[in-house]
Amino acid sequence: MKIIVLLIFLSLIVALGFLGAFIWAVRSGQYDDDYTPSVRMLFDDQEKKS
Amino acid sequence: MSKTLIDTLTKVTCYHCGEECPTHPILHEEKPFCCEGCRTVYEILANNQMCQYYQLGKAPGQNQRKVSPEKFAWLDDQKVVQQLLDFQSENLAKVSFDIPQMHCTSCIWLLENLYQLEEGVLNTRVNFLNKKLFVSYNPQILSLRDLVVLLTTIGYEPDLKLDKLEEAKNRLSDRRLYYQLGVAGFAFGNVMLFSFPEYLGLTDPWTRQLFSWLNVILILPVIFYSGQDYLKSALNSLRIGRLNIDIPISLGILTLFSRSLFEIITHTGPGYLDSLAGLVFFLLIGKWFQQKTYAHLSFDRNYKSYFPIAANRLEGNEEVSVTLDQLMPGDTIYIRHGELIPADGLLVNGEARIDYSFVTGEKDPVEVEAKAQIYAGGRQMGGAIELLLTKKVAQSYLTQLWNDEAFQKKTSNQASKLADEVGKYFTVSILIIAVFTLIYWWGEDVRLAINAFTAVLIIACPCALALSVPFTLGNALRILARKGFYLKNTQVIEHLARIKAVIFDKTGTLTTNESKRVALHANLTLDEMAILKTMANFSAHPLSRLIVGYLEGELAEQNVATPEIKTFEELTGKGLKAQVGDMEIQLGSAEWIDPEGKTITTKEGQVYILIDDKIRGYFKVEHQYREGLAEVLDFFRKRGELYLLSGDNDRESDYLAPYFGGAQQLYFSQSPQNKLGFIREVQQNKKRGNVMMIGDGLNDAGALKQSDVGMVLAEDANHFTPASDAILSAKNFSLLPVLIRFAKGSVRLVYAAYGLAFLYNIIGLSFAVQGALSPVIAAILMPLSSVSIAIFGLISSSVLAHRLWVRKVTPVHDLTQF
Repeated sequence: MKIIVLLIFLSLIVALGFLGAFIWAVRSGQYDDDYTPSVRMLFDDQEKKS
Repeated sequence: MSKTLIDTLTKVTCYHCGEECPTHPILHEEKPFCCEGCRTVYEILANNQMCQYYQLGKAPGQNQRKVSPEKFAWLDDQKVVQQLLDFQSENLAKVSFDIPQMHCTSCIWLLENLYQLEEGVLNTRVNFLNKKLFVSYNPQILSLRDLVVLLTTIGYEPDLKLDKLEEAKNRLSDRRLYYQLGVAGFAFGNVMLFSFPEYLGLTDPWTRQLFSWLNVILILPVIFYSGQDYLKSALNSLRIGRLNIDIPISLGILTLFSRSLFEIITHTGPGYLDSLAGLVFFLLIGKWFQQKTYAHLSFDRNYKSYFPIAANRLEGNEEVSVTLDQLMPGDTIYIRHGELIPADGLLVNGEARIDYSFVTGEKDPVEVEAKAQIYAGGRQMGGAIELLLTKKVAQSYLTQLWNDEAFQKKTSNQASKLADEVGKYFTVSILIIAVFTLIYWWGEDVRLAINAFTAVLIIACPCALALSVPFTLGNALRILARKGFYLKNTQVIEHLARIKAVIFDKTGTLTTNESKRVALHANLTLDEMAILKTMANFSAHPLSRLIVGYLEGELAEQNVATPEIKTFEELTGKGLKAQVGDMEIQLGSAEWIDPEGKTITTKEGQVYILIDDKIRGYFKVEHQYREGLAEVLDFFRKRGELYLLSGDNDRESDYLAPYFGGAQQLYFSQSPQNKLGFIREVQQNKKRGNVMMIGDGLNDAGALKQSDVGMVLAEDANHFTPASDAILSAKNFSLLPVLIRFAKGSVRLVYAAYGLAFLYNIIGLSFAVQGALSPVIAAILMPLSSVSIAIFGLISSSVLAHRLWVRKVTPVHDLTQF
């Protein structure tokens, strides 16, 4: 039974980590625009020749 | 004689902007361009190896015919620059622009690769949905003005208007819902996990206590952070003594919490904390779904969204660029072609031809005599003029409109009327049932009585009820946006479903953009046509302009010498008179050409030609009414009242009367104030049912705001949309009846969803009144009802839309098109 308590606590910590990641993502503006990145990733990088 | 204005056979389109080229396009590297501007952009891009722009989309550019970079001189003013910048240091400045022109993948690519064009640009980021561009640049190398000019040259002129200076940077509030949702979702998952052992009976007393208290800790932020809006709203409505849907929700939340806390403290049970977390989580998802709006379409614009930031004031002989708030009566300002008049003033110098379409919706420019009044909001179409200001910007005629109380009207909160209405009865009946249960059990067992009482409040918490509107109408909102109808929020759908009176503003709403068609009913030689064209060209009368336009089309490539006009006279209200050689030519109204009415019978909309005392025929000028006008008007007339409220004179009354069911429905020569008053009157006469105003001009702004649904018909949403509840893409005008039907159907679907929600409640209540509501039943029933309501709302509204739109419809493929 003890091991379950330990696991539960671990899972809570992991979940808190994800919550933190989510809050960070919102704060850094990733949810402000959910369209442009989908287009941006398709652009080819090109080297400037001149 | 029936040659159309544009010869459709020679269709060469510009490589850059995709618009039709003139007869002799500019060729550059074997690619056709419609104008120098477009070619320049191509050259800039080609020189920088940026032609990928043209591969991402076909002819993605913006038409370049009207660019004048000089107009940004005011951007050299450091005070203005500071107000515009988001951040400034020695080597780095950040600024964000609204760029309404961006519309495709190529736009994103070009704008994000701006650093390749200009050294001073460090980094650019596009937010496509909001049509925003974030630029970081080095102010040592590049000035803000140069940056704006650069953007303008490549066809993306930033939208720099007066309200930009006042724009509050309140983006944080948009993110709040995400935080709330994240916290609630996190807590929901974990509370469920901690509740499981309890449900399965796996725990010893010690771990049970541990898990229960962990749950209590987790639930606190859910209630007081994620759910705070519901509690606050309930408190507010209690204060003003009105019942809304948030009251039973808050009651449920608080009962759930206190009952659970009581059970945990007294070791009598695990409580319902997982149901509570789930409840808040689902409510927030509903809110999020409903809240998705189209940020680039602005429904709350006022005149400040259209006014420039600065104007050119004459100080001595010098032109100084000053911001609008510094303009004082007595100042003289300089207005160039295409610029907007910022304040009322007198014409001092120059020839003014003012396009008041912005104010009145009427597109024909108005000629203004020297020393005459020019009103703010007009756009100068002639050459440069000087204007002596008589009023401050804030006190001009146009801006006065915004001081009407209709604009002070408190914008009602987002809450749905429908949900509040139902919620009212719901709350009352739940309280009655709860009290009844309490009294019933009180005699037998006090504990059981309290148990059953709280169980009723818990299970009746109208989660499913509260989700019906967001999911059904929220989905309807998205469907409509795909069809070219943009509504401000879901409430507009509810209002639309109850429309009983429809009021049209004529200009722009009933007529198409190329509203007037000229046809020549006369046999004339080419030389005679050339003479008519030359003499009409002397006049600025709207009809003359139309005739000139028509004749230019007719005479194109005909090689006719321009005749010499000996005398020319324009008689106000009558027509034009000219002498060429020994020919005497008159062009004008029937009354003037044929005063006795001998040969002319029909008079409306016709301009007669008299050459050497012989009536040779006439030009027929007619409005083109929108496609499907008759059907749309018919639809509204059968279902309620239909009015026309126009700022124009009544010359088309006879033609329009049958559509509207009689001339008594038509009101002409209405001032903006009249319109506003009229709508109030109709609203007062109609106790039930809503009033919809369909307009387009800024002069309708008051009426649009006063009406229950103010709809704007826009040829181009970026171009002009006064404050309104709905924006309708003009090409979808004929689909208005479908829109109304859809709105009505959607509201019916909400009622159906309510029915479903009540069914769940009856099942839940049957457990609750017996005092037999175990946490497991609550934990199953609540999410089940919420999810099934959401699914029902989504599917049913999609099916409804599909059924209504089986008819052929011009779809707007993505929201970027409009």
